[in-house]
Parts: sequence; structure tokens; C-alpha cells
Amino acid sequence: MNSGLKEKELLEIWVKAQIASETLREDLMSMEDLRNESILFLREFIKASSKGNLTDIGTADYKPVVTLLRKISGNRAQAGFTPSETATFVFSLKDSILGFLQAEYKSSPEILSTETIRISKLLDKLGLVTFEEYARTRDELVKDQQDSILEMSSPIILIWEKIIAVPIIGILDSKRTQLIMENCLQKIIQTGAKVCIIDVTGVAVLDTLVSTHIIKTANAIRLLGAEAVLTGIRPEVAQTVVHLGVDLSSLIPRATMADGLEYAFRKIGFQVNKR
Amino acid sequence: MQKIPILKIGKNLIVSLQFDVDDKTALQLQSDLLQTISKTGATGVIIELSALDMVDSFMGRIISDISKMSASMNANTVVAGIQPSVAITLVELGLKLEQVHTVLNIEDGIELLTKLDRQIENDDSENQ
Amino acid sequence: MMILKTSNIISIREETDLISTRHYVRNLSIQMGFSLVDQTRLITAVSELTRNALVYGGGGIMTVVMVDTGPRHGIKLIIADKGPGIVDIDLALQDGYSTGHGLGNGLGGSKRLLDEFEISSEPGKGTTVTAYKWLP
Repeated sequence: MNSGLKEKELLEIWVKAQIASETLREDLMSMEDLRNESILFLREFIKASSKGNLTDIGTADYKPVVTLLRKISGNRAQAGFTPSETATFVFSLKDSILGFLQAEYKSSPEILSTETIRISKLLDKLGLVTFEEYARTRDELVKDQQDSILEMSSPIILIWEKIIAVPIIGILDSKRTQLIMENCLQKIIQTGAKVCIIDVTGVAVLDTLVSTHIIKTANAIRLLGAEAVLTGIRPEVAQTVVHLGVDLSSLIPRATMADGLEYAFRKIGFQVNKR
Repeated sequence: MQKIPILKIGKNLIVSLQFDVDDKTALQLQSDLLQTISKTGATGVIIELSALDMVDSFMGRIISDISKMSASMNANTVVAGIQPSVAITLVELGLKLEQVHTVLNIEDGIELLTKLDRQIENDDSENQ
Repeated sequence: MMILKTSNIISIREETDLISTRHYVRNLSIQMGFSLVDQTRLITAVSELTRNALVYGGGGIMTVVMVDTGPRHGIKLIIADKGPGIVDIDLALQDGYSTGHGLGNGLGGSKRLLDEFEISSEPGKGTTVTAYKWLP
């Protein structure tokens, strides 16, 4: 398989096989891109395999092949291909090469057998690389999405000069508390806020752990010269929290956001009057 | 040992901690402060910490002591400029810094001290 | 399997050592990519632990190691002294902050600032604290 002609022939067979495959994703990738990727990969693969090593893909010979394969798999993972659809790239090549071998060594069954096994093993290893890279890329994507959601989920709002508010919605774990605390403190420094209203109406579960996180945040806010007002504790929740022995005294509790706002205005020296 | 300068603005003294003070420097600072309070009749002390990248229990003790000593000489103490990461760490460390007022910056510190001073004056005049 | 990368041994003999250890750990944590808050947690814990070793332990040694366990990267700290040791470790770990004199010895606080924390001490034989801070 060293001549340029054979390479071309193999390429055609391989591309045809990919197009004929039921895992083809014409919606995610153009035929031209598919062909180009195949040309690139086949070239690198033949370059590496013709050096004689057909067993170890960890060697320097195969580095360009593996790197290229990772790139291709990563792109497919991001584009939305399934793992199988991504792996088809390599496995269809295997089929095509094996077909080639069968024709070449028709008359020497023993050689055919040995070569078949060798090439199979080699391409299986490369196939596994695509799976690995696929999984890794998906994990990274999910993590990035999670980070984005985390960022967006608790905006700090400057509702009045010197008054900021944080509506917390959903689950408050230590990671999220970290983020909220840091953002709150930064906002206080930026705006010189004197009151920070933390609204927990939307907090799913207000147990001792969550309360601890909130108290921690309140204490840090206090160190920056501001006060933390806690609003939105439902009566049942307030009862439970007290029974659990949690000390919420470092926070100023108010039933509703409106009450919290009234307190905040008074704190910064304002009074709300009807016109 | 480095000597920490003490600034005077009106009836308030401002001490800006630029680095971690060691034992000797801390003791020197405390004695200098007390002397200055006595000499000038200052009624407020602002400890400014924005340059500190860390406050540990040792530093907390220094701040506490300054606060108590100043109080014994009729001066209120206010701590200003704690950085966010330092604030978070302080809370996790569990340092309470009780009886120490904390403010965002020196300006707020002066405002608070003026208010506290006025309160004391009001209390005094009420008691007369 | 843990692969320990670079390590450094710093002696804690006098007050200036407390400052240099902090700077060393600060620089290392910046290099390793720790967030500002985590950097602050690290140097604060280091300050507490090395001061303990100096003040209560009569001096000691801190070993700082960059650790790589594959998925996790972090810093390993070992602070050891040959002082009188701690009689009641559980008591020592409690926050000793009173409105009066001492502000405790920062042991419990340091534990909260770090991710993994082990302390072994025998009266008369000294104290060793081993702790880890991992990158998220």
C-alpha cells in the first residue's frame, strides 16, 4: 500500500463507504468536508504505517495521526455527532482496508490472515481514540454549560443607590455560595452599597447547611461595612430553621422583599412617602 | 522593625497597614497610638487594611487589642478596606473581630466615627 | 497513584521565616492557577500553621509539594515541629475565640480553609500537620 495510486483508490473506496453508511450525517457535515478530512487522515495514516510499526500508536510516528484524529473527533462531538457516528470514521476505513487486503492477498490465505489481524488491531486502537476524545470533549462542553448557568443564575441587582439585591433561586450549594459571596462583595466595593438584600423565596430547601452558607455570606458582607437583610423566609421554614438550632441573628430577617426594601431605605437615610 | 505612620484628620487617627506587622512592630504601633490619642485627644481610630492580602488570627488579635486599648482611652476604632478574598477567608477562619466596626473605606470610617462621637456627646449631654 | 512533582523544604526558625513561607506559597499557588480566594485561604492557613510551629512548637519544618494525581492537581503541605505536642487534639481544633485573651491557635480555622487535613501529635514528641488544597 505504498504507491500513490493505491492511496487514491483506497480513499475512493473509503469515502464511498462513509457516504453509504447509515451513520452519515449530511445535516452536520458537508460531503466536501468529509472528503477533505478523509484525505488528510489517510495521508497521515499511510505515512505513519509505512514506517513499519503497526502495533503501537503511542510512538512519535503516530503522533500526527492521533493528534489529527483527536481534532476530528473533538469537532464531531461539538457538532452533535453521536459517539458511533464519530467512530464510523475509523471503522469504515478499517472495512475498506480489509477489503483491499482481501483482493491483494487472495492467493495467500496465511498472509491475509496475519495482515488482517494486524490492521484490525491497529485501527481498533485508533477507533478507541475517537471514543476517548469524544467523551472528553462532551464532558468539557457540559462543564462549560454548567459554569454559564451558575454565572447567570444569581445576578446581583443594584436596585437603588447603595442597595443591592440577590434573588437566589433553586439549590444553594457551597460552590454557588462561593460565587454569590464573591459577586456580592465585588458589587459592594463597586457601588459602595450599604445594604444587601438576600431573597430566598426561590430557594428550594432551607436547611442547616444552606443557612450556614447564607450566614457565611452575611458575615463577609458585614466585614465590608454593609448589612445583610434576609427576605422571603416562609413561616414554616423559619420554624424549622429555629428548631434546627440555626442562629440567624447576624442577618436582619424580613418577611418580604418589600419589608426588606423599607428597612434598607431607612438604613441609608430615606423615607418612602406617598405623593 | 518598621514604624507605621499615624495620620491625624480632625479628631481621628488613621493607621494604614501596608504589610504584615510582626510582634515588635505591633507593640510599637499600639504604644504609639495610645500616646498619640493621649496627646491629641483623638476620639477615633481607623485601621486601614486594603493593602493586606491576608488577615490571620495574629493580625486579628492586634486589631482587637488596638480596639480595646483605644476604647480605654475613649476612642472608637473602625476597620476599613478589608478585601473580598480576605473577608471570605476571615469568615471561614472563624475570626469574629467582635466590637470592631467595619467599613468599606476611610471616608465611610470618618462618617461612622463622627456619628459615634455625636452619639456619645448626646448621651453625655442627656446625662447632665 | 500520586505523582509528586516539585517539592520544597522550608525551615521555620524565626518570625521572618513566617513571611517568606507565605510568599513562597503565594507564588506557587499563583503559578498553579488557584483563584485569588483560594490563594488567600492557602496563605492564611500557612500563616496559622507555621506560627503555631514557631510559637508552640519551638520551630519546625514545612514541606511544600506540588501534587498531581491525574485528574486532580493541588498543593500538599506538611508542617512538622518537635515541640511539646498537643495533649487534646479535639479540643485544640475547637475555635478558641473568646472575648478575652487569646484568639485560639488557628488550628480549627486552618482545617476549614484547606481541603484535606490531618494532624498527628504526641505529647513530648511534637506535632505534624499534613494538608492538601486542590484545584477545582
